Amino acid sequence: MSTVERNLPMDRRSFLKVSMMASGALLVGCGRPVPVDVGVSDQETWVANLYVRIDPDGKITIVSKNPEAGQGVKTAFPMVVAECLNVDWKNVSVEQAPLDDRYGRQVIGGSRGTPDGWDDLRVAGTAARELLVTAAAEKWGVPRGDCAAESGAIVHEASGQSAPYESLLEIAAGLPVPDIDDLDLKSRPADFSLLGTFVPGVDNAKILTGQPLFGCDKRLDGMLYAVYEKSRIFEGKVRDANVDEIRKLPGVTHAFVVEGTDDPRGLRSGVAIVANTWWEANSARKRLRVNWDTNQSDSSADFESAAEALRLETGEIQRSDGDVDEAFDKAGKIVEASYYYPFVGHANLEPQNCTAVYHESGKLELWAPSQNPKSGRALIAKTLGIPQRNIHVNLMRIGGGFGRRLRSEFMAEVAWIAREVGQPVQLQWTREDDMHHDYYRPAAWHHFKAGIDADGRMNAFDHHFITFGKDGETASGASLSASHYPAGLVPNFRLRRSIIDLNVPTGPWRSPGHSAYGWVYQSFLDEVAVAAGRDPLEFRLDFLSRSYGETQMDLERATDVLKLAAKNARWGNQQADDGRAQGIAFHFDHGAYVAYVVEVVADGSSVNVEKVYAAVDCGPVINLSGAKNQVEGGFVDGLSTANLEVTFANGAAQQSNFDDYELLRIGQTPEIEVEFIQSDNRPSGLGEPPLAPAAPAVCNAIFAATGTRVRNLPFGRSGISI
Amino acid sequence: MSIVKLKINGQSVSIDIPSDMPLLWALRDKLDLVGTKYGCGIGVCGTCTVLVNGIPMRSCVVPAVSMAGMEITTIEGLDPTGEHPVQKAWDEEDVPQCGYCQSGQILTASALLQQNPNPSDEEIDSAMTGVLCRCGTYHRIRKAIKLAAKNTGATGGES
Repeated sequence: MSTVERNLPMDRRSFLKVSMMASGALLVGCGRPVPVDVGVSDQETWVANLYVRIDPDGKITIVSKNPEAGQGVKTAFPMVVAECLNVDWKNVSVEQAPLDDRYGRQVIGGSRGTPDGWDDLRVAGTAARELLVTAAAEKWGVPRGDCAAESGAIVHEASGQSAPYESLLEIAAGLPVPDIDDLDLKSRPADFSLLGTFVPGVDNAKILTGQPLFGCDKRLDGMLYAVYEKSRIFEGKVRDANVDEIRKLPGVTHAFVVEGTDDPRGLRSGVAIVANTWWEANSARKRLRVNWDTNQSDSSADFESAAEALRLETGEIQRSDGDVDEAFDKAGKIVEASYYYPFVGHANLEPQNCTAVYHESGKLELWAPSQNPKSGRALIAKTLGIPQRNIHVNLMRIGGGFGRRLRSEFMAEVAWIAREVGQPVQLQWTREDDMHHDYYRPAAWHHFKAGIDADGRMNAFDHHFITFGKDGETASGASLSASHYPAGLVPNFRLRRSIIDLNVPTGPWRSPGHSAYGWVYQSFLDEVAVAAGRDPLEFRLDFLSRSYGETQMDLERATDVLKLAAKNARWGNQQADDGRAQGIAFHFDHGAYVAYVVEVVADGSSVNVEKVYAAVDCGPVINLSGAKNQVEGGFVDGLSTANLEVTFANGAAQQSNFDDYELLRIGQTPEIEVEFIQSDNRPSGLGEPPLAPAAPAVCNAIFAATGTRVRNLPFGRSGISI
Repeated sequence: MSIVKLKINGQSVSIDIPSDMPLLWALRDKLDLVGTKYGCGIGVCGTCTVLVNGIPMRSCVVPAVSMAGMEITTIEGLDPTGEHPVQKAWDEEDVPQCGYCQSGQILTASALLQQNPNPSDEEIDSAMTGVLCRCGTYHRIRKAIKLAAKNTGATGGES
């Protein structure tokens, strides 16, 4: 069964390393040279990007190099190894790696954990298995091909001999390292026994009994607690503050002004208060009086006026296919609509925090709930003027990422404070800090015009995208790819862009861009289908049936998820009576295809989202539980966020806490039925793709139930309550 | 500062704290019981929920000094071995995503089942409405509560 073509290409510089540890453990590592800015241990010159360790007692351990924020890699990764190693899942445990350049990428972002880890994990697990098979064959003097790996043991059926892995470690360690190209990697759902099953998370035991796990759970001897006050008006600087008075307050050990830097994503100017307990630090903060120098006054009202003025302009042409204007002239029908979605926050349930100790030796150690610890380390080095090699970052479980913790200013803040006080410090932001100092998902206006030809097809599409930025550049999270569908699916296509000047900090927000673009495109497509007198599903299937030039997605896979969701929901067989109706939407991002059919019940303008049918193609499913969790959670996040907004006045965010930024609660949550199309493609990540099609499927159902087209979010702006 | 005697997870402890310090911070910063989490500080997200005489309460807004003489149960005390029917159901349904809100969810669910061993969907939604989950695990919370109810009924064990 040598099927080299099934062995998807490894990086050509990848290699395997097998070694025996002093403890008698067998270590199989898979790696490739990576740029190393910082060596952690002087003795070790090589660390695998990933390794599998088999201990003499039969326990199997793998290192998880990526941070865990609930996206499930810490469970999915060892599952892949266990699958390839043919061992019982219960014998595998996972260790969280610290930040170490030699592991390569250690980021939660772009839904890349699974696709990036897929090869290394399989190679390491399969190589270890093959070594053990060879070791047993040598031990018994039998042909290798007659031996098989089964549940943690090598068996020789003809003689009835069986040897547990742990009895073969020494022989295996002395064997030549297998050639990666010769390994037969399990690749398809049909090959799997563990992958694709429902496996509970590896950290559940700790979570369910309240054991220390998260960043804010870190405790160190002599640790102090800090708060950090920054200007509510973005980019404001401290002129002066009553820190002398603050220092005298109960429990307070330190209070000082931090000048900060001009890096808008770095250490901002502020006042640090450090105390024996966090409560004392935060109580003292209520007595803090700061005079701020501020120089901007961004407001939502001004953004709206600017957008209205820009609407009449042509904007910058981003893409132009065919002849849009001529097609409009010839069109049988024209549909025009304008959409708006607001700024939103990340609202991680665990507010930003970080723990640090600055040693006299000049070494700094941190315990960080960070999606991107490497960028945090670089920021600290730059801000404190210390070498990166003096900074060690431990990765803590993260109470929600969603893109917020790709930014690292909280790490720089605690690093600065820790050096100043010379004792271990935990910086804990308040919820209000978190809401006021987010990197928000940018708002935007989308003005659409579509031409429908005699066959009822959309053959012309003009799109004016009004977004935010500065000096002609879009702000972080505010750009739209010119090849995003419907580009390539409409013969006459034009994308225009205008930019409003912005001082508000913005950044990636789960499924950056897509979380918003999915809503506008899938809502407007629905409008075009209705205007063309066609069923929204049939219209979409036809829309995906032909392309004009290159498209970013596989149209067949997109079609298949739509068909599956529709079939499961019995699309078209439901009568829109008693206010009950269905809506449909699909989206493709980060390598995965997701379609939803949503069933709502409307009572006037009050809408209850009752049931969701999800169809997903992310290639082979690794952990059925984790994958379903991402779909269920992604849908809820999409629905919840469509009901939220952050607004600005006088240069500051106006929302402060969960009483004015009300996340969805359990009673507003639908039943969600998920089905996967288990294709033979490479697996994609799933942390982001389930989000984008959620809001449009809901809004299309709202239209079917009420006749109200939701063109402005949050729902309240369109007169709908959920 | 005031010295207060608290009974937490069956153990009596005496701590010297500011008289306005909420129970949450007494637990986290004075007693290192970090399973109870901070979410909003104003009693609206339910992340910090603990049981006081079996009733779910928001530890972020309750002064610790007012808790003298009460039986306080935190997530660490529900069942440290994780064998409580709600903990077991939570694992079996694999409820957590990030996991940050789950101590509040679990304690609230255990109080519900104590009062109402076989709750309906509406009763579950009503009892659990005070605890936010940013990851959106609500769908599984409902399933896990039903599973815990079923298992508790089947084994005749205490909930």
